[in-house]
Amino acid sequence: MTYLAKPKLHHPTLPQNRVCRTRRDYEGKISTLCAGCGHDSISAAIIQACFEMDVEPHRVAKLSGIGCSSKTPDYFLGNSHGFNTVHGRMPSVLTGANLANRALLYLGVSGDGDSASIGIGQFAHVMRRGVNMVYIVENNGVYGLTKGQFSATADQGSASKKGVVNSDTPIDMASLALQLGASYVARGFSGDKKQLVPIIKAAIAHKGAAFIDVVSPCVAFNNHPGSTKSYDYVREHNEAVNRIDFIPRKEEIVVDYAEGQVIEVEQHDGTILLLRKLHREYDPHNRVMAMNYVAEHQAKGEVVTGLLFVDNSARDLHEHLNTVDAPINTLAAAELCPGAATLAKINQSLR
Amino acid sequence: MRPTDIGNPEYFHKVVDCQWACPAHTPVPEYIRLIAAGRHDDAYMVNWYSNVFPGILGRTCDRPCEPACRRGRVEENNGEKPEPVAICRLKRVAADNKNDIRARLPKSAPTNGRRIACVGAGPASLTVARDLAPLGYQVTVFDSDPKAGGFMRTQVPRFRLPESVIDEETGYILDLGVEFRGGQRIDSMKALLAEGYDAVFVGSGAPRGRDLDLPGRREAAGNIHLGIDWLASVSFQHIEQIGRRVIVLGGGNTAMDCCRSARRLGGEDVKVIVRSGFEEMKASPWEKEDAMHEGIPFLNFMVPKAFEHRHGRLIGMTFEKVRAERDARGRRSLVPTGEPDVMVECDDVLIAVGQENAFPWIENDLGIEFDEWHMPVVDQRSFQSTHPKVFFGGDAAFGPKNIIWAVAHGHEAAVSIHALLNGEDVQQRPPPMVHLMSQKMGIHEWSYDNEIAGDERYAVPWAPKEITLKSIKVEVELGFDLATACKEAARCLNCDVQTVFIKDACIECDACVDICPMDSISFVFNADEAELRKQLTAPALNASQDLYVSENVKTGRVMVKDEDVCLHCGLCAERCPTGAWDMQKFLYETSKAGGGCGGSLPQRRAA
Repeated sequence: MTYLAKPKLHHPTLPQNRVCRTRRDYEGKISTLCAGCGHDSISAAIIQACFEMDVEPHRVAKLSGIGCSSKTPDYFLGNSHGFNTVHGRMPSVLTGANLANRALLYLGVSGDGDSASIGIGQFAHVMRRGVNMVYIVENNGVYGLTKGQFSATADQGSASKKGVVNSDTPIDMASLALQLGASYVARGFSGDKKQLVPIIKAAIAHKGAAFIDVVSPCVAFNNHPGSTKSYDYVREHNEAVNRIDFIPRKEEIVVDYAEGQVIEVEQHDGTILLLRKLHREYDPHNRVMAMNYVAEHQAKGEVVTGLLFVDNSARDLHEHLNTVDAPINTLAAAELCPGAATLAKINQSLR
Repeated sequence: MRPTDIGNPEYFHKVVDCQWACPAHTPVPEYIRLIAAGRHDDAYMVNWYSNVFPGILGRTCDRPCEPACRRGRVEENNGEKPEPVAICRLKRVAADNKNDIRARLPKSAPTNGRRIACVGAGPASLTVARDLAPLGYQVTVFDSDPKAGGFMRTQVPRFRLPESVIDEETGYILDLGVEFRGGQRIDSMKALLAEGYDAVFVGSGAPRGRDLDLPGRREAAGNIHLGIDWLASVSFQHIEQIGRRVIVLGGGNTAMDCCRSARRLGGEDVKVIVRSGFEEMKASPWEKEDAMHEGIPFLNFMVPKAFEHRHGRLIGMTFEKVRAERDARGRRSLVPTGEPDVMVECDDVLIAVGQENAFPWIENDLGIEFDEWHMPVVDQRSFQSTHPKVFFGGDAAFGPKNIIWAVAHGHEAAVSIHALLNGEDVQQRPPPMVHLMSQKMGIHEWSYDNEIAGDERYAVPWAPKEITLKSIKVEVELGFDLATACKEAARCLNCDVQTVFIKDACIECDACVDICPMDSISFVFNADEAELRKQLTAPALNASQDLYVSENVKTGRVMVKDEDVCLHCGLCAERCPTGAWDMQKFLYETSKAGGGCGGSLPQRRAA
């Protein structure tokens, strides 16, 4: 950590995006996390993704719970809306916000403690309901703020910094999301931004509940030889099933791939995901297969990364509820309270 | 690319752009920090050790350091006007505000029996004397002028450089037991060598101004002056006035001194007229600016054709109008525009179109060879002529340059003379003295101020024109006051505090990549340099700046740092969890004769 703010000076060639902002405009305050924390890399990946997606910062709401991970929204998108909720309660606050104003981009940032322990119930229901959001779990397998106890995602048999072996069964957040009906599920690694940034970009473009599990080593408490969430372990056991080359709409596809190596996925807004296959048999449209695949490889001690599943005809909460197109917070009294005559009509229809 | 060898002192030296660009390799950031700390004596001594004339150079240096300064590149596209740190004027702050430093100067040593003659008492000769006298050499400096200083005294006008500063700084050297024989012109090298000197250093400068042999030159000679001679006469108060209308020919710094001096000696309508364009003028931009500030117009693309005179008196000059054209090979030439010639009326003309070397006093049969341009054949490194005992330096060696180059030549010549007289090979140059020391004091504490100031360059205040234009002796620039000096010093990026990467400690967490405000750091797969420069976080477009490349890290990639616009803010080192980055101060000093000014100067450690 540092006491100094990052200097305002930037590289002379720093480019601007279509909304006339540089990447530096998407930064937040200087991080107070431990030096080398994986979470800071994820913040940098979010900054990069928002810059590349021409996101307007004032059209973003970033919500989080409690924990190291949930501090990070302070360190990116300094000009966006933010809400730091009670521990594990980010999903319900986000659901409410989304219902009130569907026009914003919702970024839920949480950790393995916040989402897999205290908030697991909330996590389950926000996925089920298909709330249109990007849900990022910064997953380091330990409770960093309380000095490194195992969290619910720590692998069975992995050791703590002091050498204590974890005996509990881990919760795999990606598998859980698949099972609960998330329409976009991916896993990334904080130490590989080349993979992570397109995953976040595609999640931003996805309409529906997009879940990203990002393995993020805790340098202070979980980056030792007995850990399965250390930089070294994840690099050695990383099994990427595909690579996303995200192509925003209106841009010509010029990438040249050999036949059979690429899957094109068109999303709701017309954006196209080009998926470069790294595992020939892997089909990211098959939810059941994805669950099996992840489970099989997990049993071998491997960490499956990449875009695990995407449903390109996903529907979100607003469609399920058949709400109006306009954000509810923009509706005036006349629309919300149509008067006695309308009420009488409704009552009549129910008799 | 091969991994960078940071053990080679020249690698980090090059990162310190200002020091690299300085001919005498003055450790600039080191003295700027000392000024910011209010340690003016120490800052002065750092300078004195490297460039011998801090007070003089702080007013007159051609400052090759400033165009090189990283601050100028860093501010590119970040503000209104990118500007380097005002290095030169900060140097003056140290000189103006120091206490009596005489106790810190080297003491004259017991004689070693060797006698050295220095011809000319300009900066090159005085540097030789400064370096050799403390080693016990008996140095005798000859000059035809009664006082020491050479060009600095005779040709730099008083309104830029007060005489007291010259007296002080030449005095420090002469007080080291150097014998000064003022008013004694050397007319024969043969006679000088016959006096049995162990070595002779020629630092006689480039004393002859180039003349313009045009029609009317002889007839109107009374009102036509060679700029450099005229400035000397002004300096010695032989000339105290000039005509009302003055033409200055030439676009170099001497021309700027001439026009501004003329303005102070009664010239009300002073014009500078140059052959080519304003942009091509050789004068430093700030000197042009100073002249324009005093209301002096520059007329360009006018080639002088004739001096017009009537009854033996100059009435004006005619000029041919030209324009610049490039031929098929891109060479630029001036071609007449075909417009009628222009007559510019004037009372006096100052010719400042260059200088010529002249050594009529060196006999042909001494073994000192001259080239086709009548310049001595001098070795670029040792400054030895084809006569083993005779050395040249300053403008006498390679033609007109400036004070700081003369100082650099003097240091090298002194090293050579010391080697020669100790039976060593003059081609064997002593290695520089280098210290590399971590600046880490705590988790986020460094022994230098790593916060980056956002300030733009501060202007040096001027004395009011109404006062300065009335007298040739009133100094125009007032120098920074201490508060402004501190603010200007804070703009320095401390480029000598190096980012040192320890590959084995790196866990590739990307923390440094993410925090770097200038996107200078990348982890990529190795490739050749041209390819690497394109693949980095920000493209490394400035090929004159090196890439710092590590050996392979664990994932088989390499760390590549583009040195170009690094702020040396140390955030990479602060964010590194394993100490793979460290900020280490790199102090580089060229070796002087006898290893550090004869070992008689106190060895200076990193402050």
